[in-house]
Amino acid sequence: MTVESLRRSPLADHPLVSGSGVRLVEIPFLTAVNVQGAPGFPTPPASGVAAWGERSVLWLGPEEWLVVGPDGDTFDLPGGVDVSANRTTIELSGPNARDVLEKGCTLDLHPRAFGAGRCAQTTLARSQVLLWQTSNAPVYRLMVRGSFAHYLADWLTDAAQEYL
Amino acid sequence: MLLIRCPWCGEREETEFHYGGQAHVAYPPDPEAMTDAEWAEYLFFRDNPKGVFAERWVHSAGCRRWFNTLRDTVTSEFVEEAR
Repeated sequence: MTVESLRRSPLADHPLVSGSGVRLVEIPFLTAVNVQGAPGFPTPPASGVAAWGERSVLWLGPEEWLVVGPDGDTFDLPGGVDVSANRTTIELSGPNARDVLEKGCTLDLHPRAFGAGRCAQTTLARSQVLLWQTSNAPVYRLMVRGSFAHYLADWLTDAAQEYL
Repeated sequence: MLLIRCPWCGEREETEFHYGGQAHVAYPPDPEAMTDAEWAEYLFFRDNPKGVFAERWVHSAGCRRWFNTLRDTVTSEFVEEAR
């Protein structure tokens, strides 16, 4: 069990910028369970996201999913491994959010190719991220390893400067 | 930038992949019976064609799956997507 008073998110003391064009917020401590094999929940198509109650099921690969729930969510799934501590989540939103991502991501993020309910494991500014678009506003969630979080936050801050 | 088509994720940038060498190199059925020269041949010797080559790639920054594909070593064009 995690001792609540000792729990710290990777970006707890790290400044994240927000402005008129781009907003950056950390969503710490999301519950994430990696599942392989035959699941007992709704599964999304390739590169997609399915809703499972208040949880989301993200496609990672053939017969591999990441079930993401709110902080404190507990669920036991056959073939599931709790990987909550592996990543933290940075939420990137605002009218210029896509412009920021396109500075360091080679995926086609234009609405004709990517949109709400899509996810992809790819690289952003050379660090591996799980990119997940939650809304066409647009709102993106970047799930990044804790040890890469400072670097990615700094890179995003720099890339967002012109849109603040 | 070279785009590689992952059979699961679609077209992605080359830097998301790692190369796995020649495809379809079968493990010897009876390695105990092989001479050192035959074993070395299996371990270290690979084809090096000028033209279409069957090779293995892994989408290491994406779905982390291995796949076989055909690439033209002259033009680096991926001739066929395969699993």
